[in-house]
Amino acid sequence: MVSKVQLVVIGTSMGGFRALESVLGGLSPDFPLAIAVVQHRGTDVAQSQLSRLLQLKCTLPVNECNDKEAIVGGRIYLAPSDYHLLVDEGRFALSVDERVYYARPSIDVLFESAADTYHQGVLGVLLTGASADGTRGAARIKQRGGTVLAQDPRTAESPVMPQAAISAGAVDHVLPLEEIGAYLNVASAVHR
Amino acid sequence: MGNASNQLPPEPPRVDADGERSAPVVVDTPSPLPLAMETKTGTDEELETIELQILTEAVFRRYGLDFRNYAVASLRRRVRLAMMEEGAQTVSGLMERLLHDPPAMERLLLRLSINVTAMFRDPGFFLALRQKIVPHLRSYPFVRIWHAGCSTGEEVYSMAILLQEEGLYDRCRIYATDMNEVALQRARDGIVSCDQMQEHSTSYLRAGGHGSLSDYYTANYGHAIFRAGLRKNVVFSQHNLVTDGSFNEFNLILCRNVMIYFNETLQNRVHKLLYSSLRRYGVLGLGRKESLRGTPHERDYESVDELERLFRRPK
Ligand SMILES: C[S@@+](CC[C@H](N)C(=O)[O-])C[C@H]1O[C@@H](n2cnc3c(N)ncnc32)[C@H](O)[C@@H]1O
Repeated sequence: MVSKVQLVVIGTSMGGFRALESVLGGLSPDFPLAIAVVQHRGTDVAQSQLSRLLQLKCTLPVNECNDKEAIVGGRIYLAPSDYHLLVDEGRFALSVDERVYYARPSIDVLFESAADTYHQGVLGVLLTGASADGTRGAARIKQRGGTVLAQDPRTAESPVMPQAAISAGAVDHVLPLEEIGAYLNVASAVHR
Repeated sequence: MGNASNQLPPEPPRVDADGERSAPVVVDTPSPLPLAMETKTGTDEELETIELQILTEAVFRRYGLDFRNYAVASLRRRVRLAMMEEGAQTVSGLMERLLHDPPAMERLLLRLSINVTAMFRDPGFFLALRQKIVPHLRSYPFVRIWHAGCSTGEEVYSMAILLQEEGLYDRCRIYATDMNEVALQRARDGIVSCDQMQEHSTSYLRAGGHGSLSDYYTANYGHAIFRAGLRKNVVFSQHNLVTDGSFNEFNLILCRNVMIYFNETLQNRVHKLLYSSLRRYGVLGLGRKESLRGTPHERDYESVDELERLFRRPK
């Protein structure tokens, strides 16, 4: 059961742009929570274009996160290319630490820091991707009492990433892509 | 690690006159302790947060290195990596080692100073420097530049190359500082691994380079060694932005991807230091995702290039 979700964190790599379009495009216009997104760069679209292209599909405002930017509900924050995005007491923080699984931004880094800060208030979502990134972070979210969704690998352009987390037992719910947005809408309504 | 604190209370250790612990000899029993100690903190992370605060305080008092106002999330991550590397089970376990074993502190210092850098990192920034800042610097007979947090020097050599190509280098003095002496030494040596040279070359060209990056180094056993002429006017020196003060007045200060590791309190302090180190019309360059918003001098700067984070102190 999802109770008092405070922050949604989403991770994806290969095939991620279309998946993000679907999930974020399906959110209600008054979606109340902040959403932080790591999409591995160099995948579908150039990172610099990502926020602009996603904005075309979303009613919620989308922007590339600045260091120490306040976490505000109803907004979508993208990890900038070449920076890790971390969650830090009401704000986001950036770092240029080493890549994790060849990735910066790294999904694990976002998920772990979110779990350490918001504990059971975190809802993590792992979408399509061909990477081992995300499993550790998902496990941390679960361990701290949060909830993890994974895209059903059968509906994923690349099943590797969600499947890895599912196999590791780090996932609470497996949903087809088109139902994830609806789930987030419901989970956020519980929050209110 | 075995921890008896929430089982039966152990006998308090005895301390001999010479400070040695000895096996307890049963004499009078100490006043009884509750069987289960109640804790004020709920979760493991809350406990870890306490430990982290104590660790940074202890490190400051023992070594004078002040990480007390570093941003918690990345500090925690680095400390956890250090715990794994040092084989410590808890932050307190790591702290014990740090306090009693200075080499362990040196290793942590290296872990806490993230030296990841690149030549012409964010080419657009260096292009903006070339197009918008260099013309302004030309009006001075003598130009002082400060790289605060220069790491292993790639940013400094990039600047030196740019200034040479613009025919300005000979009137410039560049101060390149970092808290990490190991990184500084590599900067002084001017040696970078050839692995990334391809990427660096691409960035150099995108940053408006006039020639080829290979004009500026000689390759040797998988390493690129920068031409000594590039550091002719560079002073490398250790300087800690947290504990050291302003040491000069500059026409241009770059402090990129350093303050992201600081919390807002410390960022504000360092912004004051940087502002007070700028001459009139001096320019401050920040990292691509750093902003002046909420800092004490937000209103004292005018923007030269909003996207590339270049700001000028008007007077
Ligand atoms: C990620 S590097 C940035 C290098 C370069 N400016 C760039 O953007 O590529 C961060 C550097 O800041 C230095 N640093 C961290 N805290 C510092 C402090 N308190 N004083 C001076 N330097 C510090 C670290 O040692 C490290 O070399």
